[in-house]
Amino acid sequence: MTCKEFLALLDDLIDNTATADMRSELQTHLGRCGHCEVVFNTTRKTIEIYRSHEIYDLPTGLRERLHDAIMARCKKGC
Amino acid sequence: MPTIQSIAGQLEPHPDVALVERVRGGDDAAYDTLVRKYERQLFRIAQHITQNREDAEDVMQDAFLKAYEKLDQFQGNSKFYTWLVRIAVNESLMRLRKRRTGKMVPIDEDIETDEGSVPRDLADWAPNPEQNYNQAELAEILRKTIQGLPPGFRIVFVLRDVEGLSTEETAETLGLSIPAVKSRLLRARLQLRERLSRYFHKEKGVGK
Repeated sequence: MTCKEFLALLDDLIDNTATADMRSELQTHLGRCGHCEVVFNTTRKTIEIYRSHEIYDLPTGLRERLHDAIMARCKKGC
Repeated sequence: MPTIQSIAGQLEPHPDVALVERVRGGDDAAYDTLVRKYERQLFRIAQHITQNREDAEDVMQDAFLKAYEKLDQFQGNSKFYTWLVRIAVNESLMRLRKRRTGKMVPIDEDIETDEGSVPRDLADWAPNPEQNYNQAELAEILRKTIQGLPPGFRIVFVLRDVEGLSTEETAETLGLSIPAVKSRLLRARLQLRERLSRYFHKEKGVGK
């Protein structure tokens, strides 16, 4: 497997959607290619960081204001 | 992270279905519960698409009102959350189009990139690189980095990786084919990874 082929299947490895055979081929490539190992690990980390950090927080004040407005209009039948 | 289980094929219906039924029966408090449950996710999606706080607030409000209004059209065969996200995405895109005075948002634009080519920056990251920044600094880095992605990539990444929609749900929500979603997701992930490398690089990251 070349690095290009590995990269095309990177998401299958990350998302655990690779078949057993494909997975084993990808793992073999990873074991002998330091570059692809870095790409794999740091891409996984990228996803994890975006998943675990709130970058657009909804402040409580705004939350309550919007919430009241939504419920008031819904009660009026929108 | 939404952890909604698929409704189809399960004996126990998702709790959202029961809440929707209660709202249909005139129980507004049940809608209140749904709003509180998903307001954060909807705001985040709207902010990612419009990249404008005021627009995101309006989108969130309008999406919940529209969902309330159209509740009769909600079919139990899709998840309530996915249905809600679809409304919020459409509202966000409409808002963007208005702001850009009729110019189409390039959500389905096919952006030429070096798909499949080996990433340029191959330097490894520091262990737990996010710990080299305080929360505000990190949030700024993550915002700046994701805002630099083409809109069509950004939305796919947000729906799939941040909000936890499946590939099929993302495709349906955005009106894209499954291969298009997959291709965009891979490119989005790789571009974000490469852009974050300049902050999280082993040597550069340490000590900021």
